[in-house]
Amino acid sequence: MNNFFLLARQELAITVIIFILLFIKVGTKEWSNNALLHLINGLLLVNFLFGFFFYEDGILFNQMFRTGRLLVMEKNILNLGVLVISMQAYDWLKQHKHVAEFYVLLLSTLLGMFFMISAGNLLMFYLGLELSSIPLAAIANFDLEKRQSSEAAMKFIISSAFSSGLLLFGISMVYGTTGTLVFNEIPQYLTGNPLQLFALVLLVAGFAFKISVVPFHLWTADVYEGSPVAVTAYLSVISKGAAVFVFVAVLYTILKPLEAAWYNIIFLLSVLTMITGNLFALRQSNFKRLLAFSSIAQAGFILVGISGGSQAGMASVIYFILVYVFSNLGAFGVVAVVTAFTGKEDTASYKGFYKANPFLAWVMAISLFSLAGIPPAAGFFGKFFLLIAGAGKGNYVLIVVAALNMIISLYYYLKIVKIMFIDRSDYEPVAKLPLHIYPRLALLICMAGVLVLGMVSGVYEYIYSLSLSL
Amino acid sequence: MNLSLLVILPLLTAIAVVCCKGLKQVRTVSLIGASAQFLLAFFLLIAYWHERASGNSQAMLFQANYTWYAAFNIHYHIGVDGISVAMILLTAFVVLAGVLVSWEVDLMTKEFFFLLIFLSAGAYGFFISLDLFMLFFFLELAVIPKFLLIGIWGSGKKEYSAMKLALMLMAGSALVFTGLVGLYFNTSLSDGRHSFDLLEVAQMAVPLRAQLLFFPFVFAGFGIFGALFPFHTWVPDGHSSAPTAASMFLAGISMKLGGYGCLRVAVYLMPDAAHVYAPWIILLATIAIIYGAFATMMQKDLKYINAYSSVSHCGFVLLGIGMLTKTSITGAVMQMVSHGLMTALFFAAIGMLYSRTHTRMTEKLGGLLKIMPFISTVFVIAGLCSLGLPGLSGFVAEMTVFMGSWQNPGNLYRLATILACASIVVTAVYILRAVAQTVMGPVTDSHYNNLGDARWNEKLAAVVLLVGIVAIGIAPFWLNKLVTPVADSIIEQTSRTITIK
Repeated sequence: MNNFFLLARQELAITVIIFILLFIKVGTKEWSNNALLHLINGLLLVNFLFGFFFYEDGILFNQMFRTGRLLVMEKNILNLGVLVISMQAYDWLKQHKHVAEFYVLLLSTLLGMFFMISAGNLLMFYLGLELSSIPLAAIANFDLEKRQSSEAAMKFIISSAFSSGLLLFGISMVYGTTGTLVFNEIPQYLTGNPLQLFALVLLVAGFAFKISVVPFHLWTADVYEGSPVAVTAYLSVISKGAAVFVFVAVLYTILKPLEAAWYNIIFLLSVLTMITGNLFALRQSNFKRLLAFSSIAQAGFILVGISGGSQAGMASVIYFILVYVFSNLGAFGVVAVVTAFTGKEDTASYKGFYKANPFLAWVMAISLFSLAGIPPAAGFFGKFFLLIAGAGKGNYVLIVVAALNMIISLYYYLKIVKIMFIDRSDYEPVAKLPLHIYPRLALLICMAGVLVLGMVSGVYEYIYSLSLSL
Repeated sequence: MNLSLLVILPLLTAIAVVCCKGLKQVRTVSLIGASAQFLLAFFLLIAYWHERASGNSQAMLFQANYTWYAAFNIHYHIGVDGISVAMILLTAFVVLAGVLVSWEVDLMTKEFFFLLIFLSAGAYGFFISLDLFMLFFFLELAVIPKFLLIGIWGSGKKEYSAMKLALMLMAGSALVFTGLVGLYFNTSLSDGRHSFDLLEVAQMAVPLRAQLLFFPFVFAGFGIFGALFPFHTWVPDGHSSAPTAASMFLAGISMKLGGYGCLRVAVYLMPDAAHVYAPWIILLATIAIIYGAFATMMQKDLKYINAYSSVSHCGFVLLGIGMLTKTSITGAVMQMVSHGLMTALFFAAIGMLYSRTHTRMTEKLGGLLKIMPFISTVFVIAGLCSLGLPGLSGFVAEMTVFMGSWQNPGNLYRLATILACASIVVTAVYILRAVAQTVMGPVTDSHYNNLGDARWNEKLAAVVLLVGIVAIGIAPFWLNKLVTPVADSIIEQTSRTITIK
């Protein structure tokens, strides 16, 4: 029993926070939003730090739940991301009526992701996946007065139900042809017969929905645009990150015998995703939509790394997600602050932004450079390693396509930089925005991550030592 | 000598600039930083001579090698040889002059100097890198500061030019990237790992098939930086829209990154492919030289004149590299240094004229020699250097390229050499015409009579560059001695692999 408390300690920590919030909600004492947010951010910080202590690996519940250094680190990355998002959302949540509910739902999805990452059985994995997506639809609707927000929630729940259906179908076929649901036992029964290949396609399609890979990306832009910024950030970083972690693990362990088959699928999907995501991003004028398509394009780059199938491939993917957490949250953090105070989301309203808000403008610019893969930002290293990992198989076509896409993506990222730094506003530019300590701290964390992660090779080396090869 | 200082010093200066308060502090700190770089570069030159004189015959001196990313065998590996030292000196000259020329920038001064000095850190880093990953890192580092410098402080259609420059340079790095990754996977060390290390890769025989496949990527990629025809189109727009210091940096240093990369990475590491593709390089270089010269004839804007003539002059660099003889490669490097100094001086002079007369159109200018004798003289000297007057650096460099090219037997090579030589006549036409229209003749606008001559900072900037130009022009042997051994080793590399085959 002691073992249970140690092994599932990160999940338990989140559960405890959820319960604390529920008790506060049902309690008689009326908490002010400010006090509640201080408490929650404090708890999340403790939760994040807690992940680094009391490490132990092992299996629980008949291989339903397992943990190890790699999985703990992945959860730590997600914890950090949630902490940053929570701090960035301060200005928005301060005026919101349902702060406690927001966090209860948000943390439930995080709990689901943790179970999904730790799953050692396809059923457990499915359970975690559902827990991570249904409450998410509820918080996508959290801009309660906006129709768009409920539309986003509706779209999200339908598409995620659809993808769950695909996954379940795939899982049932895996079970039908192998007779087991336990991760460790599946590979030995995989022979590559047609039914198993069909199951592979369904599984990949299910994951592709979650990480918004073309042609399963259609929900992304609308949901990102309609949801509150904090939720959009959560969707594009945490939700996607968790799905990528599991996807890599599934491909590299369970589906290892079918590598020849999935390599081609991943190759095709990555080419399609990079090109489509980037081309659509070129003409977006809404900031959240732009970031939505950019995150689709980034998913394409992640697939390049996954296709490598080597230890470097897995390490690069996880490293890229870590970098992506910092760089994307840097960009979303600025959008969150601007939206909270002005309600403006279109890129044109950022004209002349640099003049009044130099700090925010630099944060945004550096985040965008990191997303575009420009040194010295960490995104440069992330992309470089992904592409080297992808080229390891000798498929240089993929590298050429990816390199071309980096040029296209630079155009729309630079366009934002141009709008902020060079353009003059035709009407009133955004005034100087007050920056509370929380958002400021969150942005500083992002900047530190973006600027330091690449230069210091230790982080990558650590991830590499934990990763496994195909 | 610790070479990392060359990167650390500009970075510290840049950080110091950010922390400054007020215009005066920013300028002072930038000037101190740039002067320190200048001294450091000279110290490096002396240390290099000293080391060579004491009989150190290693290919690269002052090496430092630390593992950076062990998983990919990426190292922080730095070192210099004669070519790098020459390029580092060039960078130091141009940066110092650039800071001096930008003394009067009053829009967002802090950001301006920060970006300018940050750029120099990228250039130094590029020239000292001996690891291909690092090289690529520093190559890309410089793209964004250029975009911002042109976009914010530029003139004319600056947004278009800035975007065009950024995207084309990014395309160049994308090509380089593909080539480098391809090269990386075709190297193998004794323990089966791949290598990014320049010196290690040079010792291996990269399979011919891989060389033939990836040489065009690397060469064209660096070629975009070095204005290889037909990828030169960012040059005129970028140079003419940029603020003076950025133009100086772009033409003086940034384009040299391309030439240096072509030589160091493409030719040195893939020598067999270099032989195969040499005729194509020569063809494109010859087109660039002639096309650039004739395109310059049609220009009315002084900055465009210098920008197009840069395309033509950088053609000499690529021609020298493509000819693959010892003398021609020496000439190519000398041309890089000479053109860097000369074009920086030219842009500086144009910037000084423009800041006073507010026009760069040759037909609107005239008679300035009487009004601003110093600036006009500088302008004339830069022009004469550009057309290859003996005694100035342009003559030495171009002459060496021609001599080296002529050593290459084969009628087509000879034809290319003759055509390239002939372009000098065209150069003389446009340079003399521009000089005559701008500084000679009657004063075209009476307002010009009230304008002042160069201030101390501008004079100092011009003198710094002039010293470099004359030092090469009158006593080229020191530069020659610096470069020739390296050119030798490159030629040795190219012939060695041929005999193995």
